[in-house]
Parts: sequence; C-alpha cells; structure tokens
Amino acid sequence: MNEIEVGIGIEKIETGIEGFDMISEGGLPKGRTTLIAGTSGSAKTVFAVQFLSEGIIKKDEPGVFVTFEEPPGDIRKNVISLGWDVAKWEQEGKWAFVDASPVVGEDHIIAGEYDLGALLARIEYAVQKIGARRISMDSLGSIFGRFTEPGLVRNELFKIAAAVKQMGVTAIITAERTHEYGDIARFGIEEFVADNVIILRNVLESEKRRRTMEILKFRGTSHQKGEYPFTVIKNVGIVAIPLSGIELKQRSSTVRISSGNIDIDKMCGGGFFRDSIILVSGATGCGKTMLSAEFAADATKNGERALLLAFEESREQLFRNANGWGIDFEKMENDGILKVVCRYPEAEGLEDHLILIKSIIRDFKPHRVIVDSLSALERVSTVKGFREFVIALTSFIKHQEVAGLFTSTTGELMGGTSVTEAHISTITDTIILLRYVEMFGEMRRGITVLKMRGSMHDKDIREFNIDGKGMHIGKAFSNVTGILSGHPVFSAPEEVDRVKDLFK
Amino acid sequence: MNKFKLRLYITGKTPKSERAIANLKEICENELDGLYELSIIDVLESPQLAEDEKILATPTLIKDLPPPLKRIIGDLSDSDKVLLGLDLLPAMDNTKKGDKR
Repeated sequence: MNEIEVGIGIEKIETGIEGFDMISEGGLPKGRTTLIAGTSGSAKTVFAVQFLSEGIIKKDEPGVFVTFEEPPGDIRKNVISLGWDVAKWEQEGKWAFVDASPVVGEDHIIAGEYDLGALLARIEYAVQKIGARRISMDSLGSIFGRFTEPGLVRNELFKIAAAVKQMGVTAIITAERTHEYGDIARFGIEEFVADNVIILRNVLESEKRRRTMEILKFRGTSHQKGEYPFTVIKNVGIVAIPLSGIELKQRSSTVRISSGNIDIDKMCGGGFFRDSIILVSGATGCGKTMLSAEFAADATKNGERALLLAFEESREQLFRNANGWGIDFEKMENDGILKVVCRYPEAEGLEDHLILIKSIIRDFKPHRVIVDSLSALERVSTVKGFREFVIALTSFIKHQEVAGLFTSTTGELMGGTSVTEAHISTITDTIILLRYVEMFGEMRRGITVLKMRGSMHDKDIREFNIDGKGMHIGKAFSNVTGILSGHPVFSAPEEVDRVKDLFK
Repeated sequence: MNKFKLRLYITGKTPKSERAIANLKEICENELDGLYELSIIDVLESPQLAEDEKILATPTLIKDLPPPLKRIIGDLSDSDKVLLGLDLLPAMDNTKKGDKR
C-alpha cells in the first residue's frame, strides 16, 4: 500500500525549520493538519511559532496563531529573543492572533447546550483577513480544562480540524503529553488529526537533558524514521540535526597537503589528502596538541586559513605551548589566517556545540579544521549523543571539503582505544596512533600510521622525540612487539634478524 | 431596580441560537420588568467583536451591568442557572445551589 502512495499525491511545504525539512523529506504535508505532541517544556510552542515565522520570513506566507494557553502578549515577548518580531508582522498584516487563552478572574456559568462555533468563526475570519497559508494552534489540552464536557469539546475540535482542512491551509496543532514514552497525547486528541504526528521529547538521561524530535507518522508520504536531536538557540529557534539524511556523496581529492611535519608526511606516503578526516589518538601528554599546532601552522604557511577548536586548554596555555614549539599563534590570528576558539565542553550541550562549530566554519571558511580534543566532548553527553555529534560533525566538515584533524585521548597510557575511536574510526581517512613505549626503565614515544585511505603508508612503529622545534621521528622499534596492546615484549636483535632471514 | 445591560453572542441562526434568544427574552420579560437593554451579536457577521470579547463558545450571554460582569454559556434553557448568573436568585436559593455543588 505504502509503495503506491509514496512520492505521489501529497505535496509538502517546507517549514524553514533547519534540519526538520530534511528529516521530514521536504516539510509538512501541504493542506493537512499535523499534531505536535510533547511533554511540558519540550518546545512545542517554539515549534508552533517558528512554523509561522519561517513562513513569513522565507516565503512571505501569512499565518494565524490560535493560542489556547498563553495570552498573545506573553508570546510576543517570549519569542523576541528567538529573533521573531511578531508585533511588527501583526502590523504588516502577516500574522494574526486568535486569542482563546483563559481570561484571568473571569468565570462562566453553563446554562444549556452550546458549541464552539464562535471559535471556528474567529479562526475563519482571521485566515480570510490576512490570507493565511499556515495555522498554528497551541495547545489544545488547556481548552479541555475550561469546559466540563470533554466529549463535546473533542467533537467541536474535530469540526474545527475538518474546517481548517477545507480552508486549504497547512496547520499545526500542539498537544500535551504526560509521559515521554506513552500515549501520544491527552484527551484522545490524536484521533482527529491522526494523519500526521510528530513527537517532541525532552528526556533526562545521565543528568543531561536531550531534546529529540520524531516523526511518528505522515500518512501517505515518506519521512525519516527515529529520534533526531534538536536544540533551541537564540535568534534562530529550533535546529534539528538530521543524521540519516547525511549522504556519502562528498568528492574525494587526490591533492595532498602537508601535516606540517616532513617525517609524518613521509610516513603517510606524501601527506594527507586535502579533504580527509585525520584522527590522532594517544594518551595524555604524548604530543597530540603539538601535532595539531603544526598542522594549523602549516596551513597558514601556504596562505590557507585554519580553525583550531580547543576543548582542553585555555587560549593562554595553548599560545604559550605553541610558542615553545616555535609557532606564533598570536601573529597568525592577527593576520586573520588562524582562528582559535577555546570553549569548555561543559559550557553547553553537544547539539549547541555542533551548531556553533558549523556557524564558525561557515563564517570563517577555513581550509583546515582542528578539534583538540574530540574526546573531551565525550564527557558532556551520552554515548548515543556523542556518536551522533561525531557523525554530524565529520560529515559536515567533509561536505565543506576541508581537512579535519581530530585528536582523541585514550584512557590508558600505554595502549587501548577510546570511545571516540570506536565511533569515528570508520569515518576517518587517516588514523595516527601515538603511544608510550616502556623500554628498559624509560618512557619512549612511538608513532604509527594505522590507516591511510587511498594511499601507501609506512607500516612501522617509529620512535619520536619532541624538542623546541617540534616533533622528530626516528627509527622503527624493530625489536619490540606488543606496543599497541600496551604490553611491549622485547626480542633479542639476533631473533629479529633470524625471523627476517626466514622470509628472504 | 438597576437597569440590565446584556449582550448575547450567537453563531448564525441555528436552532440553538433561536432557543437562546427565546429563553432570554422570556426571562427578561418575567424577571426584569422590561428594565433591560439587550443586543444580539451574530459572530458570523461581526467576528471582530467576538475576537475582542474572546468568545469561544456560543451562545454566550454577557452581563455588563449591573456589575459584576458575568458570562453565561449555553442556550439558556436552564433558567435557574441563568438567574443565578444574572444575580437574580434570592439569597436563600443561592445558598441552596451552593450546597448542591
């Protein structure tokens, strides 16, 4: 049945809500009513207001807002910070309120039969007055508390929903839910707008709030399935983060860029590819930040721009350390070829970090993006949330066709992997491991190129040193095995020679 | 006796509207001795007036005068309730109603 209906018959209108149009594969079904259900605080009203706002801003489509809960004055005030000047649109005749909010201190007596014909008449009048293409009704639950007969109210709302359909406008109805995972909405509201249902969630998970949206059903048309994270940000409103909407369609470049270190370039068979994602993994203090700094500095040498996102160190620390390696970040920043952004991972949720990073990349248009470290962001989110973040970020960077270098801190000094690697190793094009190697009572450092997509690379595990001029890569650890697992075992040189001879 | 100022909002000339008008007129004639001023507003004809007054349900009767302002919803067939809403029930009956609720 679905196969016949998919793609034909039902047109969609773009809501203009970032990310949502991708999840919904084109927006809301045109001329139909969609139920937005969510618990209190799940951003239903923001969704309802944004649906109209984006229509006015992006498409010049007027909209009617029917409010059952908050008085219009409150709504105007509340959404100013999201960048929507409702009062101005009202004056321009692009926005009309139908105020069905409760009148404070005014009670009514019921003396006989009644209906909600007046409400319907007012909605029809408002739609005609401004030539509305969109309607938002927020939120239906509150009207049930004001009349004693829920059956009658439901019947009347059914009539209104049917009438709205007749008017040919696209409508949103919001409704309260009592539980994040339970009935779709209270009072059986979903029954009369059962065509399309979207659920907004605001779940508390490991002490962190996580907002997600899910399209439960779009009758007769397709959509992406499952929960998608979203966030509400100042001056923008709701931004959803579509994951499965991401396509693997980025072009691949054969142009090589330097890592900033001749030895590493050699190990990688001539440098990184220009639009690749490089993961540098290692324990704390083994040279990841230095490698990032060299990579950033190399970009600026060639007149390219680099963006360094630091989540572990402050600007002062970072600049001082870079100076120690002979890299002058301050001058590069003044020249406008480098941008260093330092933020606490805890400063905001991962969704907000992602949106911020994206907007910086869009504005600054760097050729290289460095995140030091990606694993610092791990602790501000759930495992699932982090995975989504990494996928969204890497795919965004790839689409911009810039090189991305991420560092990841492993939990153990000697070997092991981190969650970061588990999630992103398949997305990355190059993986470089930095490892401590314990040898004869001394901590040495080893480097190896684990993976280099599309190119030959050095398979040795080499020793390296860091001094005032940067990183120097030396010879391979030829008589040690088990470095990567964290349990180095030494073989006598004669044994190594003997094994080599075996294969000659 | 104070003069009553009443407004009745209806949506179209439906049987419910007609009933409300008839019931109201009867109550007014019997109880108010003609000391009233009644305007009937059809929401379909003057939607802006309904918007201004935030009318949701019809029929709705609004008593502007004498104060306090009262809203009575329905076809006004429950005349006791209407009298209660118009503050016309004797104090005795008022307490009885209160007890029932």
